[in-house]
Amino acid sequence: MKNSIGREIPEFIPGLGKVTGFGGAFARKPVGRTAGAALSTCLPRADKLLASIETAIDAVGLKDGMTISFHHHFRNGDRILNRVVEAIAKKGIRDITLSPSSLNTVNDALIPYIEQGVITAIETSGARGKMGRFLTEGHLKKPLHIRSHGGRAQAIESGAIHIDVAFLGAPACDRYGNINGIQGQSACGSLGYAIQDAAYADQVVAITDNLMPHPLFPISIPQTQVDYIVVVDSIGDPAGIASGALRYTKDPKELLIAKYAADVMDYSGYLQQDFSMQLGSGGASMAVGRFIKTKMLERGITGSFGVGGMTGVFAEMMEEGLFKMMFDVQSFDIPAIDSIKKNSNHLEMSASYYANPHNSGAIVNNLDAVILSATEVDVDFNVNVITDSNGVIMGASGGHCDTAAGAKLTIVVAPLLRGRLPMVKDAVQTVVTPGETVDAIVTERGIAINPKRLDIIDNLKNSGLPIMSIHELKDIAYKLCGKPEAIQLSDEIVGVVEYRDGTIIDVIRRPIF
Amino acid sequence: MEKLRRSMMFVPGNNPGMLLNAGIYGADTIILDCEDAVAITEKDSARNLVFQAISEINYGTEVAVRINHISTPFGWDDLKRILPAKPDLIRLPMCQGPDEIRQIDEFISEAEQKNKFPAGSIKMMAAVETPKGLRLAYEIASASPRMVALAIGAEDFIANLKTTRSKLGRELLAARGQLVLAAREAGIQCIDTVFSDINDEEGFKKELELIKEMGFDGKSVVNPRQVSVVHDFFAPTAKEIDHAQRVLAAYQEALEKKSGVISLNGKMIDLPIVARAERTLAYAKATAGKGGK
Repeated sequence: MKNSIGREIPEFIPGLGKVTGFGGAFARKPVGRTAGAALSTCLPRADKLLASIETAIDAVGLKDGMTISFHHHFRNGDRILNRVVEAIAKKGIRDITLSPSSLNTVNDALIPYIEQGVITAIETSGARGKMGRFLTEGHLKKPLHIRSHGGRAQAIESGAIHIDVAFLGAPACDRYGNINGIQGQSACGSLGYAIQDAAYADQVVAITDNLMPHPLFPISIPQTQVDYIVVVDSIGDPAGIASGALRYTKDPKELLIAKYAADVMDYSGYLQQDFSMQLGSGGASMAVGRFIKTKMLERGITGSFGVGGMTGVFAEMMEEGLFKMMFDVQSFDIPAIDSIKKNSNHLEMSASYYANPHNSGAIVNNLDAVILSATEVDVDFNVNVITDSNGVIMGASGGHCDTAAGAKLTIVVAPLLRGRLPMVKDAVQTVVTPGETVDAIVTERGIAINPKRLDIIDNLKNSGLPIMSIHELKDIAYKLCGKPEAIQLSDEIVGVVEYRDGTIIDVIRRPIF
Repeated sequence: MEKLRRSMMFVPGNNPGMLLNAGIYGADTIILDCEDAVAITEKDSARNLVFQAISEINYGTEVAVRINHISTPFGWDDLKRILPAKPDLIRLPMCQGPDEIRQIDEFISEAEQKNKFPAGSIKMMAAVETPKGLRLAYEIASASPRMVALAIGAEDFIANLKTTRSKLGRELLAARGQLVLAAREAGIQCIDTVFSDINDEEGFKKELELIKEMGFDGKSVVNPRQVSVVHDFFAPTAKEIDHAQRVLAAYQEALEKKSGVISLNGKMIDLPIVARAERTLAYAKATAGKGGK
């Protein structure tokens, strides 16, 4: 079948069964009730503390075929996921479905366990490095299942993902299982991506290197959801968890793109008193903040709130009174971690609060503007952030399609050319975010506005910005680089990209290398 | 209004990526460099790349080429290879006197004829980087009708003076002043030297303030990030535009009333003030919509 954006999706996908094709960003109405964790009990004076990860695997009764989950708040400093899988493998358990909120290059170490059949399915936001390449080669029993952050929360709450055991890294954990992410040597700030896991997994194991006296304060994940606690020497490498302050890019091309994006936001009419915004963490999208800040100061306006993965750059604006609040699902750098610790208006939020389309209203719905990066875009404004120009998995869905759907103004920033390759094409290799939710594509050589946004086109008429049609933009790129050759693909589906509502927006077919 | 040359941006002639993107930053003039930015072993490849870039890429603005000096083994070869691509402007470094300009002028004339380009369509400018060049600045500026600008190259000049470059730029004060005088006498533009510490935005702005006051028309820049800063600086402020408009209105009113004495807010206005107001408004019009990058 062809889904509503013309992508060929088989009705039956080996390993996944019958699937529903994407039918439009808001087409699917949820039915039924939320799923739930298995009932449990903990007797008074019982001790949740276990001696080791191995003991915990025994205690939860982990068996072949189960689903285990992890959060990715420790990014490349994570010392939990690989270690737990290693322990599972040693016990001879096989056929595990791995459901982390995302994978980082540190998780390349899992490749041998996929080869051995310990892990046979992965559901996550994306993959990079060797793992991305390995998964593109199709070594899993089921296709890699890509979900956005909002889509993952939706899938957990609806029961599409059923987590048997969540192994949650806990920077601070008390003896009865209350957890936060802001204290201890492995502090990572917000634990937003772990909150649904803790609430919906049948069993939860907290793994910590910072056991604190009960009761912990503040509490992000409550003791009522945590079954066992394991203390280890180190759950994360601080250098890999968060960088020092993320700084604005100095790349003149990225700065130019950022300046254009800020101007588009300004002329579109969304830069008003009490506006809200999210900035992606890429060079150009983050640098938009610098230009927005200048405009706010010049005009004497202040914003309402910021959303998303948070950086010190945003925290600084809030501390200067330019924004009232920050909703933080993931803290990207040390200043952001410090800010969530000390600022009561810097709030931790769950992935569901952030971006789940099937609750009574995620915060992305309140966004005025979001600036997002892209690997490539096409003339239908569809965006790819997951596969590279060779069709290899190298990115993550993240909150891309969630924020694009929610925000009143969605601006995608990307260089028109990367090396010898055009980034605006006739058709992207893999669609993650549908063009109907994207309003503007901003490149260093021109800006294209989605033709359905007549209001924005009108507002930008006298801006002096290099506005052109998306086809003109593509033509500039093709003229400079030539038309890229199509990637030769096999019929084997190695990945599916699920839209936030649970429908399949695209599939990843194995390239013929 | 003469051609704006607020920013003249150097781009290394042997870097394909930079050559490809040179046009996107909105510099008034792009200078594709075959001289200092290019190592001796790369001179031939830079020459070829610059030829291809001018032939194939529509930069949408003035394109200059800084050739190697004609006393080096590379200068004439640069011209030979590049002139058939029809650059808008040739920039000669280390200019020591009017003879050099005349020799190049002649060479360009031949190339124009051979390639059937309109006579005089390729312009020239020269950078003065030695005390001798400075002494002959007017002669250099007026040596050819192709000449559109003089520039100062500070690093070599200061080395020749046996001093060092300072934040305040006092060591360059006399040279800058003389250069502006020579350029103005010859009726051409005057372009200031590069400011190479690209992370010192405050220092850069101080220098811009100084050269604008001294009468320079623009500045050579080495990094695209400097372009918009220069343009912001050279753009007339809203206050300046408002004042100019009121000066012209008062002048117009006086003309209509046939009044000999013109005044605005109790201040006498004479003809040079009117001329300056006209220049401000023409400049504002010429820069409107061109400073957005």
